[in-house]
Amino acid sequence: MNSEHLLPLFVAVPLSIAFLLPLVGLINERLAPAFAAFATVALFVMSLNVIGAGELLYAVGGWQPPFGICLVGDALSYLFLLMIATVSLLIIVFSFAYMKRYTAGPRFYCLFLLMITGMNGVVISGDLFNIYVFLEIASFASYALVAFGIDREELEASFKYLVLGGIGSSFILFGIALMYSVTGTLNLADMSRCIIAMENKTMLGFISALFLTGFGLKAALVPFHAWLPDAHPSAPAPISAMLSGLLIKTLGVYALVRIFFNVIGVGQMLSTAMIVLGILSMVIGAVLAIGQWDFKRMLAYSSISQIGYIVFAFGLGTPLAYIGALFHLLNHAVFKSLLFLCSGSVEYATGTRDLRRLGGLWKKMPITSATCTIGALAISGMPPLGGFFSKLIIAVAAVQAVNHLGPIAYIYAAITVAVSFLTIVYFVKLQKMALFGETPQALESVREVPASMWGSLVMLAILCLAFGLHFPWFIERLIEPASEILVGRGDYIIKVLGSL
Amino acid sequence: MTPYILCTVLFMIGLYGVIAKKNLVKIVIGLIIMEYAVNLMLILIGYRKGGGAPIVTDPANAVREAAGFVDPLPQALIVTSIVIGLGFTAIIIAMCLRLYEKYGTFDILQIRRLKG
Repeated sequence: MNSEHLLPLFVAVPLSIAFLLPLVGLINERLAPAFAAFATVALFVMSLNVIGAGELLYAVGGWQPPFGICLVGDALSYLFLLMIATVSLLIIVFSFAYMKRYTAGPRFYCLFLLMITGMNGVVISGDLFNIYVFLEIASFASYALVAFGIDREELEASFKYLVLGGIGSSFILFGIALMYSVTGTLNLADMSRCIIAMENKTMLGFISALFLTGFGLKAALVPFHAWLPDAHPSAPAPISAMLSGLLIKTLGVYALVRIFFNVIGVGQMLSTAMIVLGILSMVIGAVLAIGQWDFKRMLAYSSISQIGYIVFAFGLGTPLAYIGALFHLLNHAVFKSLLFLCSGSVEYATGTRDLRRLGGLWKKMPITSATCTIGALAISGMPPLGGFFSKLIIAVAAVQAVNHLGPIAYIYAAITVAVSFLTIVYFVKLQKMALFGETPQALESVREVPASMWGSLVMLAILCLAFGLHFPWFIERLIEPASEILVGRGDYIIKVLGSL
Repeated sequence: MTPYILCTVLFMIGLYGVIAKKNLVKIVIGLIIMEYAVNLMLILIGYRKGGGAPIVTDPANAVREAAGFVDPLPQALIVTSIVIGLGFTAIIIAMCLRLYEKYGTFDILQIRRLKG
């Protein structure tokens, strides 16, 4: 079997198993987690395989691009595929024990796999309308999963998420419709070729604004962030980890970057917009996180802040900044899922997420506390953990950007460092309130969570350490090839269509 | 150009409904109007005055025949997008019903346990 036939399997495997799961659940509810775990293991093995295979192109039904639907695998897609597979595998192991408290297990795993289907589809699609379809699949699964507890707060959060997500999707579809009307094609590479040849580019500004709003809503950039602090804490902990760790990056940041960098082309105005949105998200997310008393709500605001870093770095528009952004994205996927899973462990053991009612967990739950500390140190940018190097690269890239942005870039660099300091402030608060200090009476009988739960926490913590201690290897193997995809539009066109 | 502007106006009416209305069902209607405005826009992009159905009757003259067709691709797109819209409507109506069961009201001002 040729390697390019692996590409459709990234969508087909989780999709088919997702539809089998409710049937499997009818026979025996305990089989469902095993099936779901099998799917994620298969995806992990496949994603390791495609990385070795180089760039791939799969024409669905034999219709060569620009006609028909095509799936494109390049280094940027592989980075996301590997990230999705690794993190979701560890999250699914965690949810074996955690989800025992909820009913309807098979449906949970069904929706979980549908979400993975949608994210994988967005990442490998070479066609604008298919990106939209897969984006909707992933969003629908996440709407349902946010409301999984069907209590008052979950329903309210999910409704808010549905309304804002629906607005975002409408904006994206509006953009796609206009894009089709100006270029007459839906294939990303063909579109990019048309846009390079186009003389009157006034319409593109409007389309870019629509996409920025639509994908900005999906990525929870600051003026569009209102749903995230409600939706992410309301979902069950494994789903919070999926949403914050993977979904906002794949549906929001990846789609935005792929369309802007490989198709429309980033001009002065667009990069300024990305820098401004990034800085707003960074600062406002961090400031609001400090005031939170709910464990997961604090982490949700912190996600907004970190997504700000990523979008800001993409806006800087230098190759070094792309490396920093992609490395921070990878780091954030790992440490934010780790922190959300830790919050799940704490909630599982103590029954509360309120920081004021927690305390002294270090003595009661040593493994959860240790991994939580590693995650918090990584996200606040302590050397030698991964977060330090990605934030350092972004700050250095901001200083270097003085060459093309002028002296204002020094202010940007100062803001990234200052926000990093704010991150330390709220994570110190979290550590102090939850892990150290006196143990309240109510928590005397708390025990460490089961091994299948702390096992995945430990794995994620090891990944955090590995990204820090071994970062040149990861940058060379995964990040650098991916950042080269973003530099020129020509290479992408040649790869898909064969000529410019 | 006029149909595009009218579609944009319809889209904005939907957006206004979502933002300004206080009733869950009216918000849902606003979302549906937005979605239909986009669908209408897509179908108008492929429209050609006096164009025929895109079916080739004489393969030898396919290219000449195609010059008189409406663009079939947007039609294929809106079929997909209508199905997605159906799924969206179903899930959001289900959510409204659940909310009504819990709170006994459709007024969003009374459904505020989570703050900003």
